[in-house]
Amino acid sequence: MVELSTPTKWGLRLVAIGYVFFLVVWPLGVLVQRTFASGMTALSDALADPQVVGAVNLTLVVAFYAVVINLVFGVTISILLVRYEFPGKRLLSALIDLPLSVSPVVVGLAILLVYNGRDGLFGPTLEAADVQIIFSSFGMIMATCFVALPLVIREVVPTLHEIGEDQEQAARSLGANAPQTFLRITLPSIKWAVVYGVVLSLARSIGEFGAVKIVSGNITGRTQTATLLVEGKYQNFQQDTAYATSFLLILVSIACLVVVAVLRPSDHKK
Amino acid sequence: MSIDVSGVTKKYGDFVALDDVSVSLPTGQLTALLGPSGGGKSTLLRIIAGLDSADSGTVSIEGRDATSLPPQKRNVGFVFQHYAVFKHMSVAKNVAFGLEIRKRSKADTAKRVEELLELVHLSQFAHRLPAQLSGGQRQRMALARALAVEPTVLLLDEPFGALDAKVRKELRDWLRRLHDEVHVTTVFVTHDQEEALEVADEIVVINQGRVEQVGTPDELYDAPANDFVMGFLGETTTLAGRTVRPHDIDVSTDPGTPGSVAATVLRVLRIGFEVRVTAVTEAGENVVVTLTRAHARQLRLDADVKVWLTPVEGAVSIAPGGSEVVPVGA
Repeated sequence: MVELSTPTKWGLRLVAIGYVFFLVVWPLGVLVQRTFASGMTALSDALADPQVVGAVNLTLVVAFYAVVINLVFGVTISILLVRYEFPGKRLLSALIDLPLSVSPVVVGLAILLVYNGRDGLFGPTLEAADVQIIFSSFGMIMATCFVALPLVIREVVPTLHEIGEDQEQAARSLGANAPQTFLRITLPSIKWAVVYGVVLSLARSIGEFGAVKIVSGNITGRTQTATLLVEGKYQNFQQDTAYATSFLLILVSIACLVVVAVLRPSDHKK
Repeated sequence: MSIDVSGVTKKYGDFVALDDVSVSLPTGQLTALLGPSGGGKSTLLRIIAGLDSADSGTVSIEGRDATSLPPQKRNVGFVFQHYAVFKHMSVAKNVAFGLEIRKRSKADTAKRVEELLELVHLSQFAHRLPAQLSGGQRQRMALARALAVEPTVLLLDEPFGALDAKVRKELRDWLRRLHDEVHVTTVFVTHDQEEALEVADEIVVINQGRVEQVGTPDELYDAPANDFVMGFLGETTTLAGRTVRPHDIDVSTDPGTPGSVAATVLRVLRIGFEVRVTAVTEAGENVVVTLTRAHARQLRLDADVKVWLTPVEGAVSIAPGGSEVVPVGA
């Protein structure tokens, strides 16, 4: 560690704390304060509003499926990337990071183009088979999966590299087949990385706005998620409901943060 | 023969790791695959275990063709240089792994684990995690784990390579005793000739993807097939164009001995109990001779002293470039 003089130390601390305060703590604090400006009424009104309850439910359902799908594919793709050699591996690795750099709105638009029921590439065919992607939960789950895709993989890949192949090979030489090796050796070793990835994906999925807005059509009471509802209510001068719903979203984020904070130290101790 | 390797070739891109290697390893013995790093010995071991596949050639274990069998069906125990312990399992669970995979009864497994931990002196650590063990202890645990499944052959890849010198030596002696107790056909890879000479019943010298020589430690030491084997098993120097061991040269300060080569001492270097003398012959050849400290003092060796050098009777020497090995005076 570099020794810093006392004024520099305090200066740096002040900058860091000030930055986080003005950017994060203050705005969120004001939001929470507005939520409770008239006591519990805003929150209890919001919770009694079927639109809010529906939107929160839909958010949870979409996030749940997106996380489960990303978990399965994320772990599979991670193992593929780390343990196997195949042509196009680098390209695949690069493509996985794409959702981090592409704006979610663009993602939503792209999915709309391919799957819409009128002139999409697959849309009409699927619609004929009675599967509606756009303006339904399917499309919303797809869009959410897309934006949260790298989160599990980027957590699991370094851990897989770190644990190396030795333990898996030892298991094989002791008679374990591929599924046994995965369940008994690989999975327990990457357990924390997977949990961390899931928590991040969950937070990202619940907070998703742009892609979901385009794909869902934002139909109140049917395809409106919590984030879309916040925007809608705010623009309709129902600020109290918007604040209350935002507060619920903040609670979820804090819960995720707490889970991560609890997990991380145990991860380091190993 | 327990393991028969025939015509095995393995390439990594342009690099030939193994070049048409054929070798047979006898049942119940402790065999060392000895050679310099990158010589292909670990690759050969991994191919025997099924962890790598050969480009061509066959491997058979106990008379059964194993060339295309996956590792879990070969019934070999494999011990890795860096232990490959299952970090999330206790010592006892690590050892029990192979038995649990084989669906042995709980009672059987527990009994066998107990026996094995006894054998590797780790009984009191059964419930610890591997992270709480020292390197030597981890490697003993890995050995117990490999032995648990009663493998037909036990393969060890530089098993002591990651340990410090003292622990290495202890474990080496211990492996020898263990083998005398358990009698499982064992093959271990090492680049340390002392380790191979001390522990193995038989040594296979591998260099640049080829088998240079197979034999007992005595055979290899007394009758090396070529310069490389002789050089790899101990120090060598040249005297009158022949490769000899530095301690197999007699030094005299008078020219009496027939066939002796005259030389002038260039420098005298003392290393512990041993003195290493470098002398230049009249033909301009640098010869290294090792003597005991007492002997060197008795001869009053110092720089610029005139000496006469003769290979001692019975010393092994090899003619330049050739594979002809002549014990001098025999």
